[in-house]
Amino acid sequence: MVSTRTLEHSLDTNRKRTSDLRTALLFIAPAAIGFVVFYLVPAVRGVYFSFTRYNILGTPTWIGTENFEKIAVDPLFWNAMWVTVGYVLLNIGFQTVIAIVLAVMMQRLTKSIALRGALLLPWLISNVIAAMLWFWLLDYQIGLFNQVIEWMGASKIAFFADETWAIPTIAFVNVWRHMGYTALLVFAGLQTIPKYIYEAASIDGASEWTSFWKMTLPLLRPVLAMILVITVTGSFQVFDTVAVTTRGGPVNVTRVMQYYIYQKAFGEGQFGYGSALAVILFIILAVLAAIQLRMLRAGESDLA
Amino acid sequence: MANHADTSTDAPVRKRKKMSAGRILAWAVMIAFLILSLFPFYWMLRTALSTSRSLSSDPSSLLPVDFTFGAFERVLGLATQEEAIAEGGSGASVNFWLYLRNSVIYAGAVTLGQVFFSAMAAYAFARLRWPGRNLVFGIFLGALLVPPIFTSLPNFLLIKNLGLLNTFPGMILPTFLMTPFAIFFLRQFFLGINREIEESASLDGAGPWRTFFKIILPMSTAPITTLGILTFITTWNDYFWPLLVGNSEGTKVLTVALGVFRSQTPAGSPDWAGLMAATLVAAVPVLILFFMFARKIIDSIGYSGSK
Repeated sequence: MVSTRTLEHSLDTNRKRTSDLRTALLFIAPAAIGFVVFYLVPAVRGVYFSFTRYNILGTPTWIGTENFEKIAVDPLFWNAMWVTVGYVLLNIGFQTVIAIVLAVMMQRLTKSIALRGALLLPWLISNVIAAMLWFWLLDYQIGLFNQVIEWMGASKIAFFADETWAIPTIAFVNVWRHMGYTALLVFAGLQTIPKYIYEAASIDGASEWTSFWKMTLPLLRPVLAMILVITVTGSFQVFDTVAVTTRGGPVNVTRVMQYYIYQKAFGEGQFGYGSALAVILFIILAVLAAIQLRMLRAGESDLA
Repeated sequence: MANHADTSTDAPVRKRKKMSAGRILAWAVMIAFLILSLFPFYWMLRTALSTSRSLSSDPSSLLPVDFTFGAFERVLGLATQEEAIAEGGSGASVNFWLYLRNSVIYAGAVTLGQVFFSAMAAYAFARLRWPGRNLVFGIFLGALLVPPIFTSLPNFLLIKNLGLLNTFPGMILPTFLMTPFAIFFLRQFFLGINREIEESASLDGAGPWRTFFKIILPMSTAPITTLGILTFITTWNDYFWPLLVGNSEGTKVLTVALGVFRSQTPAGSPDWAGLMAATLVAAVPVLILFFMFARKIIDSIGYSGSK
């Protein structure tokens, strides 16, 4: 709807184009300071530190790639890497499947906002509280789950203290906290699929099951790619749950990457080595994001 | 790209809601997940209302064991040391009110600053015309890709060198002026505001400052509230950064204070009732926000995820 009035007005704003720069600079100044001081400069310094020997009390000394050479043969680094990868696979695998199932059911069964709210509730409490709560529910002595396990005649499980169970347990706690949130992300993606697609499928006699596999899932692909990038990136940085429950143990089975970086940098004061570990984590995340977006062709939609 | 408008074009309206076997199964699965989501919260409450010493006598009772408000009294500092020890508490005083105050200051200040300054920047990116606008916006967005651990090491050093360790400014500053997400979120809404309103204001002689404060901000209360709630919840639940720079008594927030529980637990049976009461009280502010703004929060999640 272009009236002469609006045309006049936009001509008017065009004429003032140059004068906006000074105002714009004032408007972005606080954010720009925040960006430069707390994002940009730290990122550059982080890369610099990774090439130095830097004890937290001393000053950084340039040592070239020595940190990275050490990391390449550091058994604790490789342990942290595999522990984290195992955790991510468990966490993302279960979380994504559960989220898709919940989202499809949210769409098909009910529009109730209360139901969606109830599923979102775990996400609202902090990782620390979620970890504490499950630490109690899964307690070996008098935790509810072990009571039920005993009642069913099986032997108790030391969920957080057993080498086999510790990582799956931490993955479970985080799936519990995030499943409703991720389901809502998928649910939002489902809303972008036009109604007529389902109607056409149903007229053609496709069952719900067929239309899910042949229609919904393929059309959801670009949204799922974005969600995967977000959730994989997030779960690679798991820290809180580990820090308040297992602290890397038993032995090293839950010493995830971010916890290892934290221990190196803040526990042992080795900032250079810690920064090098963080650089590697950053590179891994960037590469993974690129691969996921490419493989899932996030930019393209089948809905041409 | 889903936005608020899209959520109204809802699921296919199913004309015949017959209860097929498939639907019954689907409902059963849904209810199972609802129980999985909600039951732990009930168990939290049930434990918090029990007497710690008696918990082991009836660990699977669905009702509180030996009902008492003692755990809440211990957490809130209303119980005497003798009462606390008698019920299985440690007897050590917990500065719960102090940590609560610290959490309120930390999350409150970050929310106010971040939302306000991000709104200013978002306005410049959405509405003002200046060379390099899209390039600068792209660079800001790039910060979304940087994992927090990567910048928190140098940021820790910066705060330390500024002498701000264990102070509120040190905790608050890094997220006080912006986050890429906040700017992105508000820019999307500002882009959607009808230009004509702004232009008629500028014809009336209003400068960009007056336009921003008198027109843009009042017209955007809904997205600004949503962003404020999301920011508050995220900051309230934050653990890693406050652990690094705010680990002294005067600045310790609730998450950091609760997080040390395990290391302080002696070999004997921990004070589970007290712990559950503490976690419950710590979660209350966020839960209240949620019950007040549930729809806003739920709608915004779909929005933020499909950026």
